Amino acid sequence: MGLATRIIPCLDVDDGRVVKGVQFVDIRDAGDPVEVARRYDREGADEITFLDITATHHDRDTIVHVVEEVAGEVFIPLTVGGGIRTVEDIRTMLNAGADKVGINSAAVANPEFVKQAAERFGSQCIVVAIDAKQVSNAGEPRRWEIFTHGGRKATGIDAIAWAKKMVDYGAGEILLTSMDRDGTKKGFDLHLTRAISEAVIVPVIASGGVGNLEHLAEGVIEGKADAVLAASIFHFAEYSIQQAKQYMADREIEVRFYDQ
Amino acid sequence: MSSVAVIDYGMGNLHSITKALQHVAPNIDVRVTSNKNQILQADRVVFPGVGAIRDCMNALHQSGLDEVILEAFQSGKPILGVCLGMQALLTFSEENNGTKCLGLIPGEVIHFPQPLLAENGKKLKIPHMGWNQVEQSFNHPLWNKIAPKSRFYFVHSYFARPDDESVVAGTTDYPDTFCCALARENIFAVQFHPEKSHVAGLQLLENFLQWDGSF
Repeated sequence: MGLATRIIPCLDVDDGRVVKGVQFVDIRDAGDPVEVARRYDREGADEITFLDITATHHDRDTIVHVVEEVAGEVFIPLTVGGGIRTVEDIRTMLNAGADKVGINSAAVANPEFVKQAAERFGSQCIVVAIDAKQVSNAGEPRRWEIFTHGGRKATGIDAIAWAKKMVDYGAGEILLTSMDRDGTKKGFDLHLTRAISEAVIVPVIASGGVGNLEHLAEGVIEGKADAVLAASIFHFAEYSIQQAKQYMADREIEVRFYDQ
Repeated sequence: MSSVAVIDYGMGNLHSITKALQHVAPNIDVRVTSNKNQILQADRVVFPGVGAIRDCMNALHQSGLDEVILEAFQSGKPILGVCLGMQALLTFSEENNGTKCLGLIPGEVIHFPQPLLAENGKKLKIPHMGWNQVEQSFNHPLWNKIAPKSRFYFVHSYFARPDDESVVAGTTDYPDTFCCALARENIFAVQFHPEKSHVAGLQLLENFLQWDGSF
């Protein structure tokens, strides 16, 4: 008996629509984030993360409406990331019904923002999202740095030092994405995940690269992740959340089941 | 129409708890309020809270809501404390270099020991965040229709340690057993977030809205 490892489906939302082609046969509008969130909730998701990839600031209102609608009927933790730059952005999301916000590039541009946010709203709702890429060559000790702009822009900041700093500044959780693995379906960067998870006291969510259920299990067993996040394996209905939990339970990872 | 006041003292996000209460009981008047009369006139009171205890206690003193909570307790109406709203009921918290709390339930609030190690030597994270099992210490109307060892959503680094063990209504292991629910007369208080705990959490809120304050 103990704390369950969380399985978190992530929805990439562009102007109010789920992208990366969702293919569920049993929902009417597979691009509707509210319907998709409802489905994940029914399947037993432990949390849901929305990543707003809307390009223009003007269209951001749409994600607020999505969160409002989901929060009115889905009673599990909801996280919203993407475009969170100001205290006002955080307030807007929390008022819409989000429980946590993910801060990424705004933290890199101004680390003090994380401190302000944690002081104002509490660490429990501040997730710092870290996009890291390996910069060491084969044969050298492994080293990763922070990248922004979807992995295109190097910052020269060491990933482990950055994670520790963000926790000192009040991050309640770290969402760690390997930019080397994101979208590859080759599995998490387990060395990176483990290095960060062992370096910080707060929970680490592993992200980037999940292609099958074994990847989720190894993220926990070898990567020491406290939670695992995946998008496409759930969106394309390759696996259900229930299947993922059963697989992990078979590998002796504690998960949360519930009977409908 | 039956009414419930959600105490607003400026700490954190009251949106989730309000939505969850409205969801389980669409016909109940759910009011987020800092108004003394509205709180004392409501049939039931929810005392929520997230963040740091010092800010919480300062906000309660400045607004006079600490007195209102005591008055609501004495009036016998059902009160539900959630998360920081549970911790604030004890005498003292060691958070923020020691903070005096409301003292409705004698005892203290302490931090998880560091490092926190599981039996197998694995380092456990702080905050305790996620879905953990709740052992019901005794029958209470708020546990009605909730299966033993149901999982609820937690996020906290401190926990309550009441002096009198008979007020412990529920426990959780992380890795040692700690008190995650308290019951004293017309107060029930939980460390986890029922508003984020799916069907079990919604059932607890529904139970609260039907509870007459006795057990």
